[in-house]
Amino acid sequence: MAPKVKLPKPEELAKIEFKTPATDWMDTPVEFKPGTFCWGSKEKDLLTLGLPNPRQWSPADEDWKVPEGWETTILEGMAERLSKYRSFKIFMDICVRCGACADKCHFYIATGDPKNMPVLRAELIRSVYKKYFTKSGKFLGRLAGARELDMDVLKEWWSYFFQCTECRRCSVFCPYGIDQAEVTIIGRELLNLVGLNIDWISGPVANCYMKGNHLGLEPHAIAGNIESMVDDIEDITGIRVNPTFNRKGAEILFVTPSGDLLGEPGIQTCMGYLMLFHELGLDYTWSTYASEGGNFGFFTSNDMAKRLNYKIYAEAKRLGVKYIIGGECGHMWRVLNQYMDTWHGPADFLEVPVSPITGTVFENAKSTKMIHISEFTADLIKHNKLNLDPTRNDHLKVTFHDSCNPSRGMGLLDEPREIIKAVCNNFYEMPENTIREKTFCCGAGSGLNASENMEQRMRGGFPRANAVKYVQEKHGVNMLANICAVDRAHFPALMDYWNPGVGVTGVTELLANALVMKGEKERTTNLRFEDLPGKGGNE
Amino acid sequence: MDMKFLEIFNGKKIAISSRWLDAMIASYPNDNSGFLMNQKDRFANPVGYTFTTGIEGIIEVLVKGEDFSESVSFLEDIIKVRAIQDFTPAKAMAFVFQLKTIVREELGKEIRQNQIYDGLLDFESKIDDLALTAFDIYVKYREQIYELRTDELKRMTFSLLKKANLMSEIPDQEVEHKDQK
Repeated sequence: MAPKVKLPKPEELAKIEFKTPATDWMDTPVEFKPGTFCWGSKEKDLLTLGLPNPRQWSPADEDWKVPEGWETTILEGMAERLSKYRSFKIFMDICVRCGACADKCHFYIATGDPKNMPVLRAELIRSVYKKYFTKSGKFLGRLAGARELDMDVLKEWWSYFFQCTECRRCSVFCPYGIDQAEVTIIGRELLNLVGLNIDWISGPVANCYMKGNHLGLEPHAIAGNIESMVDDIEDITGIRVNPTFNRKGAEILFVTPSGDLLGEPGIQTCMGYLMLFHELGLDYTWSTYASEGGNFGFFTSNDMAKRLNYKIYAEAKRLGVKYIIGGECGHMWRVLNQYMDTWHGPADFLEVPVSPITGTVFENAKSTKMIHISEFTADLIKHNKLNLDPTRNDHLKVTFHDSCNPSRGMGLLDEPREIIKAVCNNFYEMPENTIREKTFCCGAGSGLNASENMEQRMRGGFPRANAVKYVQEKHGVNMLANICAVDRAHFPALMDYWNPGVGVTGVTELLANALVMKGEKERTTNLRFEDLPGKGGNE
Repeated sequence: MDMKFLEIFNGKKIAISSRWLDAMIASYPNDNSGFLMNQKDRFANPVGYTFTTGIEGIIEVLVKGEDFSESVSFLEDIIKVRAIQDFTPAKAMAFVFQLKTIVREELGKEIRQNQIYDGLLDFESKIDDLALTAFDIYVKYREQIYELRTDELKRMTFSLLKKANLMSEIPDQEVEHKDQK
């Protein structure tokens, strides 16, 4: 017989308590609800990488199988980082809780969860720092905002440091310049000491370590994918472009995130690179070894990021190129612009990048010897070196999303806009407090673009989508352009949910559609095989 | 609908909207700083903005006493947000039913004085209809979350499957040629 279930009476059902009592944040343990967290890292990936505590585990389980004495490991790890990174020590000590950052985080804005306020997210770790590393915390305990490190605290760290996308919007508003991304980075490093990462980060990191890229594409697959793009380009333009792989003596090495090699609309951006470089007659090569511009090691630890980054300069040296161009990617540029030179520089075997077409010397990359495709292309446009027909993009009303790392991390604000304005007749900016340095994160950066956390992604991306909705309603915007592979992977889902009818494109795809190549046949479709306005037979 | 009821309702609509918004915000007990209510910039506080405009929009339609279909887009905006936040279905949807209590409390005295209980009942039936529509919307968006996952997988793998000759697709053009002949 089925067990008897006591059903509540209608009047009991109606008595729902809408206002649950708010508890102090220290007394509110994390709940792990499906849809709001990423799967835990897999045993095989941690083994491959030689990371601590490889085992099968799930964040939904009560027992996370952390090793005996994990508290000591974490506290020693903290002590080491406090002495090694002065910024971390300062960020722990200096915050005055002014709250300027509090309502600037996209996750806080969308959830109202105070632990997503950057100030409180830092406090999760700061409270432990106080307890074990400051006199006031040791003696006054909770009075001084200090607390013991226990399993609930560890789970809370894991939950909230993997709810921060390291976008650094909060740091723009902090009067002290506290960089919450760095606090999250340290938090994740500490978690990794006891084997706590997420699958969507440790999987790609292991792939990248073994195969050279996050997707685990082997050389024949990379060449094969690009060859099929070459076929498509020939169908569309009548021109066969001839990319080369691992060619020694090329002038330029081109490195892009592997997301551009697989999946839409990444591949159309990649077709754009191929067409642009062919049109210019650029002496460049792809590498099947340095086949990843992105660096998920950066979301694991400083050492892991350094380890994965090594191959870029190594490959440039092996091939004997003069300098490197990098594709459209977000965090890739934070790593390349701000860390690569310190880790593996000086790249004195390379030359300061000079555009072979315009002669422009990229002084900004004097040290790293690596330039962004958007600065390279914007320079071509400024010098009028490209034959462009923007009417081919006339069916598009475009807005531009500043990806967090290129905008806040390297100040790449105007170059992509100059390109878009040259290749599209309809360009509309989103509101001022949602773009450029103040841009809202897509909601899935720093390794959070898994699919199991779809709800979390829809929340994190809401402030961005809300600004897109505004230009969609006001100007009829139907295309969201960006220069980031994670954007291209994540935004289609975000737009489907919040703003149906808005497509997603890389800036180079827009450029390639407008690019009139020498000797091309009359184009009837764009790179997605959709009819061009006024040219297709299907209208 | 009862014109007298609508008249009284119209007179109190600001108080009703404001109490309804309060009740909605009360479902975020952690919002101690009052951010959702106080930050008025629609881009800095999209959740608060969606709720404020949504509630005002729905009340305006109800006050007119006509078909509530005009209010569906406002309802949709609100539910879309609540469908991806940490709520059980009951808690996500409770706000629709809260309006009944608020209206009864706000208009109780006038309803008794004017003996317009029928007007109140008519109005409450409208809210029931609104609630049924709200359930449809809620389920639609919950289902969409799962569809987004599968769509994403397809975007990632479809071109590879085609390339490996594991899947094929009849190109649009061939169909068109046949049409033209």
